[in-house]
Amino acid sequence: MNNPEQHPIPPQQALEKLHQAIALDQQRGWLNAPVMIGIHTGGVWVAQWLHQQMALSEPLGVLDISFYRDDFDRAGLHPTVRPSHLPCSIEGRDVILVDDVLFTGRTVRAALNEIFDYGRPHKVGLAVLYQRDGRELPICARWSGQDLNLAPGAHIKLSGPEPLGVELKNPNQ
Amino acid sequence: MAVNFVRPKIPKFTPDPWAIQFDQHGNLKHLLTIEGISPQWITRILDTAEGFVSVTDREVKKVPLLRGRTVVNLCFESSTRTRTTFELAAKRLSADVLNINLATSATKKGESLLDTLRNIQAMQADMFVVRHEQSGAPHFIAQHVEPHVSVINAGDGWHAHPTQALLDAFTVRRHKGDFAPLRIAIVGDVLHSRVARSQIHVFNSLNVGELRVIAPRTLIPQDIEHMGVRVFHDMRAGLRDVDVIIMLRLQRERMDAGLLPSEEEFYRLYGLTEEKLAWAKPDAIVMHPGPANRGVEIESRVADGPQSVILEQVSNGIGVRMAAMSLCMGRKGGES
Repeated sequence: MNNPEQHPIPPQQALEKLHQAIALDQQRGWLNAPVMIGIHTGGVWVAQWLHQQMALSEPLGVLDISFYRDDFDRAGLHPTVRPSHLPCSIEGRDVILVDDVLFTGRTVRAALNEIFDYGRPHKVGLAVLYQRDGRELPICARWSGQDLNLAPGAHIKLSGPEPLGVELKNPNQ
Repeated sequence: MAVNFVRPKIPKFTPDPWAIQFDQHGNLKHLLTIEGISPQWITRILDTAEGFVSVTDREVKKVPLLRGRTVVNLCFESSTRTRTTFELAAKRLSADVLNINLATSATKKGESLLDTLRNIQAMQADMFVVRHEQSGAPHFIAQHVEPHVSVINAGDGWHAHPTQALLDAFTVRRHKGDFAPLRIAIVGDVLHSRVARSQIHVFNSLNVGELRVIAPRTLIPQDIEHMGVRVFHDMRAGLRDVDVIIMLRLQRERMDAGLLPSEEEFYRLYGLTEEKLAWAKPDAIVMHPGPANRGVEIESRVADGPQSVILEQVSNGIGVRMAAMSLCMGRKGGES
């Protein structure tokens, strides 16, 4: 992470930075006719905005990773499970996987496992609105709206979808 | 000639069957009957099933949720459809599955139910899916299993068949949406049908507009009105304005002589033909828990016709059973 900050910038600002970062990679030819997939719930909100801005030809895909979580033994099934839906084949395609906050990396791990049960993409790039510290797995976002280094125990939570809001929860303050 | 006919009574099943279905944290642990399962829990099972049904549209029709767990199908009574859909559901959840047909094995050699159970439990089972010809057997088993083991009732005697009722509710919801404005008719051998009893509980719990049963007097249990249904003995009156018709199998193997003059007469009066189907709403759907006796309770042209959702019920059964299994086995703050 470059120059991580301690406070999240407003979501709209982060969305625009994230969009710019993806667009730059697209101009460089890293992405070819990408398919976008958002992770329920916050990731879908972010993906909807990006999808519209980028005017992608394929409809937006949505993933609910409840069936792929690694804490089923301790936490059980998530109380609200929604169907995952990928509207086109991802076989051999470039995929932009979108989430709101990258923290431990476990959600992204679960999402990658689920994506590969639909097919074998050519490549997957991870786009997150906020990338914060606290990774428990070797996972890093290719594009982020903001990199954050939060105080111990602090969390950021996105609210939405209209308008998108962000809240920093710091139990020590 | 005046005949003083007394309707047969449902066998009594008295112990409190529902408290045991939840653990001390309020999580679903066993699924033995619809009774005692709140509408919120029923809706949660149906919503979760929606997620699992979407899995079957994919290249890889499997999720890793129950990897490393063992599900044991205990069939004390023969069954094809229910056993195979439970087996497929468990396999699609990545569980290991054992099918034990006890209708033809140890119990016939005199082993007691508890001994059989303990032996299978020693094989490190995490879930028993129980089908038994005696009402209350899955409940008895649930009382005696180790704390980490869950039990799902796959049909017990005349008592209950909760996953069948849930998949029926799921199928109705997919076609009709909201339950409140619906009229649903359950037709045929209600007396011997555990499916009908569970359906009545599930649809009443989900606040269906009107629930009807249509059958000859001899095939309806006494006092069934107390379960919240309207009783009809005439098909034309019973099917009027109905949105969903659920035909039941005429259970010839459970039928004591004398309840029906003949199957032919039953078909003439209650068999669902195209002509009788026209008495319901034009967009009514036709359901049957299977296996259907064609030419006894349903005409082939109706069973295979455009209003029939019978095969869809079978497919939906897999998703609903995946939901029931994963909710029972994924207990928050589990007791094991």
